[in-house]
Amino acid sequence: MLDVKNVFKMYNKKKVVEDVSVKVEKGTITSFIGPNGAGKSTLISMISRLIAKDDGEITIDGQDILKTKNNELAKKISILKQSNAINLKLTIRELVSFGRFPYSQGKLKDKDWEKVDEAIDYMELRDIEDKYLDELSGGQRQRAHIAMVIAQDTEYILLDEPLNNLDMRHSVQIMKTLRRLVDELNKTIVLVIHDINFASCYSDQIVALKDGKIVKQGRTCDVIDKCVLKDIYDMDIDIQEINNRRICVYFD
Amino acid sequence: MDYKKKTVILAVIAILLGLLYIFYDLSGNIGYILPRRIIKIVAIILTGGAIAFATTVFMTITNNRILTPSVLGLDSLYLLIQTFIIFLFGSNSLVMMSSNINYLVSVGLMVLFSLILYRLLFKGEKNNIYFLLLIGMILGTFFSSFTSFMQVLIDPNEFMVAQDRMFASVNNVNTDLVYLSIGLIVLATFYFIRFYKYLDVIALGKDHAVNLGVPYDYVVKRMLIVVAILISIATALIGPITFLGLLVVNVAYEFLKTYRHFYLIIGSILISIIALIGGQFIVEELFTFQTTISVIINFVGGIYFIYLLLRMNKA
Repeated sequence: MLDVKNVFKMYNKKKVVEDVSVKVEKGTITSFIGPNGAGKSTLISMISRLIAKDDGEITIDGQDILKTKNNELAKKISILKQSNAINLKLTIRELVSFGRFPYSQGKLKDKDWEKVDEAIDYMELRDIEDKYLDELSGGQRQRAHIAMVIAQDTEYILLDEPLNNLDMRHSVQIMKTLRRLVDELNKTIVLVIHDINFASCYSDQIVALKDGKIVKQGRTCDVIDKCVLKDIYDMDIDIQEINNRRICVYFD
Repeated sequence: MDYKKKTVILAVIAILLGLLYIFYDLSGNIGYILPRRIIKIVAIILTGGAIAFATTVFMTITNNRILTPSVLGLDSLYLLIQTFIIFLFGSNSLVMMSSNINYLVSVGLMVLFSLILYRLLFKGEKNNIYFLLLIGMILGTFFSSFTSFMQVLIDPNEFMVAQDRMFASVNNVNTDLVYLSIGLIVLATFYFIRFYKYLDVIALGKDHAVNLGVPYDYVVKRMLIVVAILISIATALIGPITFLGLLVVNVAYEFLKTYRHFYLIIGSILISIIALIGGQFIVEELFTFQTTISVIINFVGGIYFIYLLLRMNKA
């Protein structure tokens, strides 16, 4: 279980995350939603120790992330940030093989390459695995990065806006893959997402943030609610049930 | 052709050039000329290697291919130290005359400066590397201005001595110092080896590196210290020549087309040695010592730098 307790973060005396506590159960997808500047990315970065928190406690399966060795933590939790500008001459296969670094320290064994192959197949990148990253479309590149995270083979996977700049087809493809990772491989996924309909259709739990505080946290059906969304976005959002899915209609 | 073969080709060229330099037109007092040439070659391999190695690491840490360690201000500090000594004690002073003392003072002060700079900037959790570079650049400019200020005040004859120090040259390199530098560089490299495996991952950027379990801040700080030590040694041995790094590391990237640091480092060291031996050969045979190697390196490097900027502009 991923447990965030009373976490604070300030940038230049401005509170970005204020007294946030979140619990994430194993084998679920949790989405962080909220308007721009709500502190979602900061929160996910703190959970993955990319940035330091000012106060509070974050534990993974009872272990404090700051007291765990970097390398051990990298086998337990992985993060993919939204900006992935890598200016190296790197093929997809080489990028994915970096996912094995926590295990191999750069010297990949047969077992590591097996994992790399599995990840490439999982993201259906086999036919383009030898293409260089700068030759790929945005969607392919995003899939390559997710494949790297899959090769890292961690129980917990954090994704910061994985659907950024992707069209509908690729967005759906990625969300389905994430769902499969949870259902088939029993991974635990936490993601920051802007499109509340994607959050509504694919996640088990939603955490809604606003101005650095949690507005509402609970099962998807409890959060995707007219009153709650009004609180978060200051907008009247109509919610329609289509094929047992709650779809938000936010176009006036 | 893959990067492994290309590395071998570079090694062959470097060795051939080295042999050419040592044995070209070997006549007269061989017992005097040969050891002189060999010690120059060793000095070239040391400085070229140190600068190429340090610059490769530096570009990886900063994730930027047009930054060289000269933005840390070490070159300017070296010139400041030289000018300041002349300003205070004159060019006949012991520190100026004895290259051993001069070397130790210069290396010591440059390393000390870097350590203090890192110490101040990495205190607390605000360890933004670009902030470090900015401060380095500002201090570098300050050192340069201060150097020029003192240079206009001193006696013109003294200025000639100071000016000599502004250009790197292996023509008067001191044998003892070459041995000392070998020792220091081997120590620094030895210290670096345990961080070597992280280079490829750090090249992916900070977020990826942290995600993959690299103790990022710890490793980067130590790498920066090694960079400062290597640059200080190279600069104190033959003079300010960090511009060379920009040239050779970029050529290595373009030529080898790989991300593997093992080959990039070896490749850039070899290219650096080729450039320096080639340059020195031109200095000796074409210009008959009328110019110094850094003039040639800066000329070629400058043209390449403009080419780089133009090409980046297009992309």
